[in-house]
Amino acid sequence: MMPQSVEETQQALEAHHYIADKGLSVAVFLALKLGRPLLLEGEPGVGKTEIVKVLAELLQTRLIRLQCYEGLDISSAVYEWDYARQMMQIRLLEASGERNQEKVRHEVFGADFLLKRPLLQALETTDGKAPVLLIDELDRADEEFEAFLLEFLSDWQISVPEVGTLRAERPPVVVITSNRTREIHDALKRRCMYYWIDYPSFDKEYRIVREKVPGIPEKLAQQAVAFVQALRQQDLYKAPGVAETLDWAASLLALGQTELQPEVIEETLGVLLKYQDDVVKAKNQARDLLARAQMQSPL
Amino acid sequence: MTVPTHQLLRHVVAFARSLRSEGIVVTPGQTATFARALGEISIFDPLAFFYAAQCTLLTRREDQARFAEVFRKFWQSLGLERFPGELLNQTALPPKKEQKAKPGEVGRESRCSGESNSQPLPIVDRALTFSETEVLKQKRFDQMTEEELEAARKLLYNFVWNPPERRTRRLKAFGKEQLDLRRSFRRSLKHQGELLELTERSRKPKPRPIVALADVSGSMERYARMLLHFLHAFSLEQTRKGVRQIETFTFGTRLTRITRTLKKRSVDAALTEVGQQVKDWSGGTRIGACLHTFNHTWAKRVLGRGAIVLVISDGWDQGAPELLAFEMERLQKSCHRLIWLNPLIGTPGYQPLTRGLVAAMPFMDDFLPVHNLKSLEQLVEVLATVQRQRGSIH
Repeated sequence: MMPQSVEETQQALEAHHYIADKGLSVAVFLALKLGRPLLLEGEPGVGKTEIVKVLAELLQTRLIRLQCYEGLDISSAVYEWDYARQMMQIRLLEASGERNQEKVRHEVFGADFLLKRPLLQALETTDGKAPVLLIDELDRADEEFEAFLLEFLSDWQISVPEVGTLRAERPPVVVITSNRTREIHDALKRRCMYYWIDYPSFDKEYRIVREKVPGIPEKLAQQAVAFVQALRQQDLYKAPGVAETLDWAASLLALGQTELQPEVIEETLGVLLKYQDDVVKAKNQARDLLARAQMQSPL
Repeated sequence: MTVPTHQLLRHVVAFARSLRSEGIVVTPGQTATFARALGEISIFDPLAFFYAAQCTLLTRREDQARFAEVFRKFWQSLGLERFPGELLNQTALPPKKEQKAKPGEVGRESRCSGESNSQPLPIVDRALTFSETEVLKQKRFDQMTEEELEAARKLLYNFVWNPPERRTRRLKAFGKEQLDLRRSFRRSLKHQGELLELTERSRKPKPRPIVALADVSGSMERYARMLLHFLHAFSLEQTRKGVRQIETFTFGTRLTRITRTLKKRSVDAALTEVGQQVKDWSGGTRIGACLHTFNHTWAKRVLGRGAIVLVISDGWDQGAPELLAFEMERLQKSCHRLIWLNPLIGTPGYQPLTRGLVAAMPFMDDFLPVHNLKSLEQLVEVLATVQRQRGSIH
């Protein structure tokens, strides 16, 4: 279902268990409506990839994911020929006495031998619906790929020399994410709807935890979220994202906790923090932060 | 879909212009997208209106606060408290307010425009003979006359830069590392599909990113300007080659990113702007705290892909040595090579005994002088030969 307004977008996302700010809802809605790619930036673990899954569900269409890495090239992003099978085909044709070069060529470079990679797949519709294409962590790919992508995103077509130009019947819904390990080129950014996803507020994060960790006691959820929020204010090398909060809340629940205890916090800090220096720092402050968290949580 | 009226469109265009005057680059294409977006949302919803502007016109998170400020000022200056949508019902244009460009960040007067307070000397354009050049190269920056400094600056722009390379994961044709099936197969078609020759591919080399952190505190003042010239010459050369591989920061009591400013073609314009931008020029030094800021805010963004870090400082640090050591260790761990450049090494009998240097020393890969042109030339050579493995301290 294609949402018809910002409010509808926000509600639809929420119905699929994604709690979105107004700003994100506006960006998503406009990206859908104007057929532009959506560029999401933000710290790791704030839900950039998650929203794409939700979008695919919401639009009831396929999700195609392209994970970027350095050295990503046409043969892994767009298409590749199945050489082994092509070789075999040539031998078969030879055995059958086929001598016509043109014909052999035509047979060998047929659709059967074309291996479609994510970008080519994204041009295809199923049941008249364009897929959702996630281009994940574009900052990891190199500039050459970014340049290619810019062309792809403006024309929605790919040319395969042996086959010709393949064009999208309907452009896919494209979401690009970046962790900003390097700047994305301006030309690409300007083609996109841009939104920076920040860490959520207490209320929002609390709602997310209740939504995603079913069965968590109200008090534990509140305290855990307040603790993480206080932790983010500290000078850490890598602050915990929402994904970490969810992991932590789930761990606390699995450990049978009903409210936060200093000892348990110290033992489980590794779930929240990924750097040893940060863990040590947080351990020293755990009691202090807990006291603050308890003051903040309304229960 | 409601089509924005002529009236609203004029304001949209004016708004884009006022963003530009505040230094937020907005293209006409983006402005058009914003106008189209206004046809899709309810413009009587101030929040939606704001976010539509943001997601179509903003491309950089750093500009977010400034963007919000310009947005508020602009729409309020039209006499509208909250509703841009009111514009639809208006008939006449409200009195046009001039969106004046701020005269830049007002900081203290730039002191980088001259080593001394004397009048700038006319540039003497004389051809330097070989021996004169040699003498000039050996002379310490802090002992040069204004005239010699000018000549030295010119020489900087004649350096041949060979940034070190690293092998990327991208493959190029015709190498000797990996079978290139695509090409081999294509070629085999010439021979009825007989694989007569196998072509190979190899990894493509690319220049390593370079990150320079230059100390502009009081004790470094005599060298800082020349080093900025050096970094500018380097940036310019890189820009000319079309690569974006050098990031530049200054530090004293705080860290300032000057990468964009140094990309200006004119060195004078660039350095004047740096002077305005850098607020702690000739102040104290807190290297540890500045490296901390760098490690937290910038390291992940600029140290990827095997960067080489140049820290340019004499090591006079007013902060805690423990902090400096801690941050140096982190910095060294997250870059390919950490080179510390110290102008004082050129002083006869110099011993690196300051608390800061002693704390930082264990985490340097190289400790090199930067007191004259010769040493800068050597630095360029060292950079060109940085190997895949970490070396020991020279």
